[in-house]
Amino acid sequence: MTENLKPENKDQVLESVQWAVTKKIPLDVRGQGTKLGMGRPVESDHILDLSGLSEITDYQPSELFVTANAGTPMKDIYAALDQQNQQLMFEPPDYGPLLGGAVDQGTLGGLVACNIAGPRRIKAGSARDNCIGFHAVSGRGEMFKSGGKVVKNVTGFDLSKLMTGSYGTLAVMTEATLKVLPSPENTRTVLVRWAKDGDADQLNNQAMTEALVSTNEVSSAAHLPAKIAARSAVAYLNSAGSAVTALRIEGPAPSTEYRCAALKQLLSKFGEVEELHTKNSKMLWKEIADVSYLAANQERAVWRISVPPTEGAHVVQRILESAEADVMYDWGGGLVWLQIDEVDQASKDLVRGSVTQAGGHATLVRASKQLRQSDIVFQPLDPYMTGITKRVKNGFDPESVLNPGRMYKGI
Amino acid sequence: MLMPKPDEGTIAKRDEIIRAMQSIVSDEGVITNKEELRAYDCDGLMAYKQVPLIVILPESTAEVSKVLKYCFENDVKIVPRGSGTGLSGGALPLADGITLGLGKFNKVLDTDFKNRCVVTQPGVTNLAITQAVQHKGFYYAPDPSSQIACSIGGNIAENSGGVHSLKYGLTTNNVMGIEMVLMSGEVIRLGGKHLDSQGYDLLGVITGSEGLLGVITEVTVRILTAPETAKAVLLGFDTSEQAGDCVAAVIGAGIIPGGMEMMDTFAIQAAEEFVNAGYPLNVEALLIIELDGPEVEVEYLIEQVSKIAKNTGAVHAKISQSEEERLTFWSGRKAAFPAVGRLSPDYICMDGTIPRGKLSEVLREMNKLSKKYDLRVANVFHAGDGNLHPLILFDANNPGEFERAENFGSDILRLCVSVGGVLTGEHGVGIEKRDLMGEMFTEDDMKQQQRLKCAFDPNQLLNPGKVYPTLHRCAELGRMHVHKGIVKFPDLPRF
Repeated sequence: MTENLKPENKDQVLESVQWAVTKKIPLDVRGQGTKLGMGRPVESDHILDLSGLSEITDYQPSELFVTANAGTPMKDIYAALDQQNQQLMFEPPDYGPLLGGAVDQGTLGGLVACNIAGPRRIKAGSARDNCIGFHAVSGRGEMFKSGGKVVKNVTGFDLSKLMTGSYGTLAVMTEATLKVLPSPENTRTVLVRWAKDGDADQLNNQAMTEALVSTNEVSSAAHLPAKIAARSAVAYLNSAGSAVTALRIEGPAPSTEYRCAALKQLLSKFGEVEELHTKNSKMLWKEIADVSYLAANQERAVWRISVPPTEGAHVVQRILESAEADVMYDWGGGLVWLQIDEVDQASKDLVRGSVTQAGGHATLVRASKQLRQSDIVFQPLDPYMTGITKRVKNGFDPESVLNPGRMYKGI
Repeated sequence: MLMPKPDEGTIAKRDEIIRAMQSIVSDEGVITNKEELRAYDCDGLMAYKQVPLIVILPESTAEVSKVLKYCFENDVKIVPRGSGTGLSGGALPLADGITLGLGKFNKVLDTDFKNRCVVTQPGVTNLAITQAVQHKGFYYAPDPSSQIACSIGGNIAENSGGVHSLKYGLTTNNVMGIEMVLMSGEVIRLGGKHLDSQGYDLLGVITGSEGLLGVITEVTVRILTAPETAKAVLLGFDTSEQAGDCVAAVIGAGIIPGGMEMMDTFAIQAAEEFVNAGYPLNVEALLIIELDGPEVEVEYLIEQVSKIAKNTGAVHAKISQSEEERLTFWSGRKAAFPAVGRLSPDYICMDGTIPRGKLSEVLREMNKLSKKYDLRVANVFHAGDGNLHPLILFDANNPGEFERAENFGSDILRLCVSVGGVLTGEHGVGIEKRDLMGEMFTEDDMKQQQRLKCAFDPNQLLNPGKVYPTLHRCAELGRMHVHKGIVKFPDLPRF
């Protein structure tokens, strides 16, 4: 019998998990379920739905943190922060449309569990750098907490990091605290329009690197090949007819103006340089964060590849030698999004082989459920890492009742 | 401070252990002589001393792996040690344990400017990383005040902070990868030159784990382009409330300074007497706010900060007019500990974090405690992120005064927790705050943390007696307690 549990407070979460532990019934732990397409499908018929735990419990703008229950919709949190002109610096992306769902969905718990971050990752870190404390119920049916509400804290093991990106396999988070910061006064984007796509493939990396190592405090660096740029809603990009590299500058007005001018001068040797102001900049970086350019063609698979920045273009080159793919780069070249026709043994080996050579990892972010059931989604772990991963899981969830198999088969 | 009772069996096997270590590590890398061992009997928390069983100084990952494997198989305890500058006793030796020093891991392996990172061995000092890259205009941002001596491996073990962590993050936000040896001798690599590890974020929990989870043998850290320019403004306030208001207003205005430090009257006077930094002596609170970045931004922000300072009641304001003057402003702050130390035979340095808004309340309470314990206290404070460093002055030659100072310190940390803060912001728990962990964590909280330790070190051989007040056996921690049969939950909504 399928039984779905929808607790409304943390005591009920505790009861739910204790019931599962007692009965040895695995739970499919989720918020709104918007990121279920990421990772492996859970081996369970019973859903533990946390969307009933929805409340911002402590938001203190002057202390630069926000605490909310795990099921709180992110859009509620954004609305609260917006009123105080604050934001989450790691710029959580909205993968709704990329994964075939609606926009503006998703909860705090889901965001933390999947450890995702937008283009400002290179400067402001990821969810793991911004989650400073949490409360949870372990797979042992016990409530526990770690961290706190202040940033500077080294009291005990930093379990917030471990929970972030664990896809709900270690404990059911009931509450999390995130760092917030004031939104930048001004945002500008310097665009480089490449004369030839071929040049861009070779040199975009050099352009992004030069920008990032300059003193102009570039907060994001992305590269859109011509085909991808044409899909942007920003007029300059969709009419460019060529590849475009984008560099983001944020800060007080006089500073952004100065840094933009300096950056344009630095990059003019690569192609025609142009500048976007706040409104268009925000539109562009949201598209890049959300990977909205690859949302169409849902039947095609999407890989997310994290490598050293200078390796991104090389990895892509190796893959394109034997496969057709749509590609975009973020994080100064270190994050590659790849949309590919199908995922078979050969194309999987091609992607993973290229990534391993460069040093990094590839995640199959979008694929059929059937495909995700095989152990293909995450980069495989070596035997020692498999051992430690299993022992960590066992320490938190010895009966394997929380999202079993969500990350790796048997874990 | 009670440490676990030394195991007589291990001590009796000392010669056998020495021979085993000599077969793995070079001869001069095994220190057994009582005189030489004394050099390792404490770390930066010098009130506690213990001569280790022996000290070994391996030179390669393979050697560390063999040492740990031997200790794992023979039930010998290990205390990892970097430069020994830690302030919480995390590297305090054990009478029945080997102190494993990483001083010979002292090479920078790769400076990769295009990928903005450095690969280094863990014994390299924090400052040496910056020195290896500054000719190309780069630096390593986290800057604990011991940066000239402390090792990067130790920084990772403690998740060290520093003046710049407000803007540039703690060690944990700047470490990209490590190679580490587990207690079993297995070698694992986490992260690298790319962002985000695959699988569980073990790198995240190992950072700040105080040597309880493994021995780090290689490190990859992020480096940043050095800011074009930096300027500091020195502000004096009649009350600490006003200084606190100024800090809140600066952050409220969306400005995140490179550094924002506060000192109280006692600390100001001590520092001024010591280094003549030009501090105003008639104020209750001094703020040093540093802005860094492109020149036009720094000029613009200095103006904003000056306006805010005026509006919040600053009675003294001075902007650095040269790099030399900026460094002079900092000289007093950087010398604050020794400056206060000059005024007293002994002092202990505390390290709690509080919500910024609770500053004046905490200072008021601290002054009451100072009267109660009849001991002087000076305060220096990373005001931007709420990290307090009260320095408690005492004279160890007066019977009972050290205990009084420790109790005063404990009360300060309890105060920090009671206003919503934490026991330690950057120095670590070690042995110093171990017995206060219960102020912040429940028994279940601590047991869950210790279960993570069991995943890495099932026999609890790595740095036992540190961080957690009670040593539970892993078998006991792993046992499941069945909850009174079947649970009923009439209130739980189902659909």
